[in-house]
Order: sequence, then structure tokens, then C-alpha cells
Amino acid sequence: MRLIKTKAAVAGVGLALSMAACGNAGSSDESSDVQAAEDCDGKFEEGSKMAELADAGEVTVGVKFDQPGLGFKDASSDVPTGFDIEMAKLLVADLCIDPEDTDAVTWEETISDNREPYLQEGRVDMVLATYSITPERQAIVGQTGPYLVTGQRIMVKKESDVQSKEDLQGEEVCSAEGSTSIENVEKEGMVPASAPDYTQCIEDLRNGSVEAMSTDGAILYGYAADNPGEFKVVGPEFSEERIGVGYPKEEPEMCEWINGVIQDAYDDGTWAKAYEATLGKGGAETPEPPELDDCKAA
Amino acid sequence: MEIVLDNLDLVALAFTYTVLLFLIAGVLSMVFGTLLAAMRVGPVDVLNKATSVYVTLVRNTPLLIVLIFFRIAGPKVGLKFGFVEIEIGEIRITDLFTACVVALTVYTAAFVCEALRSGVNAVPLGQAEAARAIGLPFGGTMRNVVLPQAFRAAVPPLASVQIALLKNTTVCGIFGVSEAFFRMHSFTNSEPGERYGIFISFAVIFVFLVEIVSFFANQLERRWRIA
Repeated sequence: MRLIKTKAAVAGVGLALSMAACGNAGSSDESSDVQAAEDCDGKFEEGSKMAELADAGEVTVGVKFDQPGLGFKDASSDVPTGFDIEMAKLLVADLCIDPEDTDAVTWEETISDNREPYLQEGRVDMVLATYSITPERQAIVGQTGPYLVTGQRIMVKKESDVQSKEDLQGEEVCSAEGSTSIENVEKEGMVPASAPDYTQCIEDLRNGSVEAMSTDGAILYGYAADNPGEFKVVGPEFSEERIGVGYPKEEPEMCEWINGVIQDAYDDGTWAKAYEATLGKGGAETPEPPELDDCKAA
Repeated sequence: MEIVLDNLDLVALAFTYTVLLFLIAGVLSMVFGTLLAAMRVGPVDVLNKATSVYVTLVRNTPLLIVLIFFRIAGPKVGLKFGFVEIEIGEIRITDLFTACVVALTVYTAAFVCEALRSGVNAVPLGQAEAARAIGLPFGGTMRNVVLPQAFRAAVPPLASVQIALLKNTTVCGIFGVSEAFFRMHSFTNSEPGERYGIFISFAVIFVFLVEIVSFFANQLERRWRIA
């Protein structure tokens, strides 16, 4: 009897999943439909930041606009796209706010420099902007996750015989100015050559000003796929960035909530789906979801 | 603050790049700007018009656009500086550095030209007439009579132009030169908590550098006061 019940349950879940898959087939390729949760009355503890946001029905999320695959917004679209955005949508939806509703959700661009100030000033409620978790940052803002662990790699021209970073010691390697990637380039003994963004790095690589460019592996795969036959990604990963969610330090209760939403996304497969729809498009394999940090007792 | 003190070698290297950009582009822009000024006030109509167009075009263009032209558009149309490859210890002068120097030179030269022209205008017409009367050609008139006096009158505006250049070098930080702005930005990225300290220390060094330039300008002014 019990066996039959289990089977029925499995079949039911399978059916539900396949239907969900059908439902998604028609949606746009770079983002998934995330439905807002319903009935947030009493869902969050009275006086918590989440309850406040859910009551107001408005939330401001700090994201990047210039990182294809992670957080990117072109001039013509209202809502940015990318893996960070997908994660943000899940969080927003959990507050019973429709993530596609641009009146309710403000996507605020946070460049690397203003992520901490915006959180401290309260201009944004949370930050999902390729935000690496570091002890220095945790000293002044709240950070939790990681919802993505990435590693930095190197991309060179197809005909180049560079195998890894050891072949590039003392050579110019391009990365975006003010990024963590360019610091790693320097730490590993290569000469940092800054550019305003990665598109410019590609140009510099193409015209031979630099030997290689380096940033997160998934992003590089995206560029290599966009320019077929021109570039290749080489060498092992040589850094570990733990991308997490930033929240105001005064609202420690957000940590548990964020972790809960991300854990749910791991468990029900939305995390993997979000990865495939964004970063995975460049050919990077979908990794195992990273383990979440514990929230420090507030 | 701590990160600045812990990485003084990196800060020193960054400001070496800043000073190098300033010195090289400064000297080149003075030479180029002087030539432009001479052409602008000279008797040859074509050169006259050409310089006027150059000054109008470059002076009315934001520095960033000029820089983007040499750094991004240039290589696409074959304007590359790949032949430059100088290494002195840790300092590397590459094509990226050269493109920045060229952009800064082109931009600043227009301002040098105009500053010098104001100096030329300050030289009484009689001086040029007298020089011609004793048989000096245009080159000689400019070299021996007009320009030396013009430079004297133009020291204060020229100093302003060069100080602006010193500060303009920071734009190169996002175009491949690891100068002061680049370094400051990388510090604030890794130590966001020390933002203010980092910012103030870099600003103080800049004030100090500008003070040095002003000091030399004042010395020149004092020395050349008796015309």
C-alpha cells in the first residue's frame, strides 16, 4: 500500500514537472516566469524588513546592468536579464510582489563602487550584483549566500599557444576596471590592463593590445560562444568568488529569509533552470548549487 | 587608510604612471601647441584656417571622446601603437599607454595653442613690425621676438592648462594604464570600509603634485617678471 502511494506521489510530481516544463516552453529564452507568491499576511514576522516590504508592495533591488549572463539591461528593455536577476526575482516573488511589474520593483543599477553605500543609505533593499562575499564587506553590510560560486579563467585568441596563467606572467591581461577580476590578474603575476568593460577587452584582445583577458569562466564562455572560432577559454580556474546577496546590516532577519528562498530554489530545481537559461547558454555546464553559509545569530 | 600604507609600493608605482603620463603628454603638448599657435598667428592662410579648425574641433570635444577615439576607434582603422614596448623595471610603456599619451597630447595642445595665442596678442604689434623692419623672416620674428615675450605673458594660463592635464590623466585609469585612479579604485573595491581614507589619501597626493606644478609656474613667473 505504502509503495503504491509513493509511486503515485512520484508520478504526480513527474506530471507536475513535465507540465511546468510545457508551460515554460513558450516564454522568452533569457528569463523564466516567476510567479509572485500569494497571501503574505502573517507570513513574515511583524516588524521585520520582509513584512515591511511585502506590506508596501514595493522593493528596490540593486543589480548590475553591464554583465551579460549575470545582470544585464539593454536600452530597450524594462527588466534586466541574467542569473543575478533570476535569483532576485525569486526573492521578490516570495514577498508577494510580481517581479515583472516595474512599478512595484525598482531595478536600481549598482556599479561595484556604490553597492555598499546604497545599502548603508537604504537606497536599495538588497543587492544582487555579482557581489562576492568577503570579510571586508561583511564588516559594513550584510551578505549571505553564496548562490553561485565562480572561478576566474583566461580567454585567448584561438591561434594562441597560451595554456594557462603561467604562460602569461609579465604579460598584459585585460579585465574590467575596478573589478575583483583585475585584482586577481595582478595577484597572479600578470600585468593588469584595464578597460571600461569586457566588450572593450574583447576588442583589445582582437587587435593584439593584450595577450589575454580574464574574468569569471561562465562569462568568458558566453563571449567565446558569441564569437565562434575566434577565442578559446584556457587553463584551470584560479580564484573562487562566492557570489551572494547583500542586505542592510541593520536588518539581520533578512539573512534567514534569503537563505530559505535560495534553498527552496535549489531543492525544486529553479536554481538549475535559471542557470541554464542565463550563464549556461554559453556552454558552461550547470554546476552543483553551492552550500549556503549559516546566518550568524543576530 | 591601512590598505594605502600597506601597499605603498603600488601607490608609488601608480603615481609614477600618473607623473609619466603628465610629463610626456605635457612636454609634447607644449611643443605641438606652440607649433599650432605659430601657425595660427602666421601669415599662411591655409595653416591659419587649419589650426583654427583643429582648435575648434578638439577643444569642443570632451577628453573622454578623444581618448575613446585613440583607444577604441583607432585600432579598428589601423591606428595602432604596437611598436612601443619599453620596460624600465616595473614600469611598462605599452601601446595602451602610448594611445593615452597621444590622446592627452592632442587634447591639451589645443588649449596650449589658445593660451599661447593670448600671450602673442599681449605682445605689442610694434615688436613684430620692428623685427620685420630689421629683416627677420617670419620664423625669426616668432622665435626671437614674439614667442619669448608671449611665453612670459602666457605663464599663468599655461600653468592652468598643464594642471588640468595632470588631473585629466586619471581618465586613463579606465583605459589600460595602472595609474592613480585605477589603483584607488581597486583599493576601494577590496576595502569598501576604508573608502574615505583611501579617497582622501589619493586626493592629498594629487593636491601635492598640483602644488609642485604651481610652484614651478610661480618661479617662472617671478623670474620672467621684468620683461
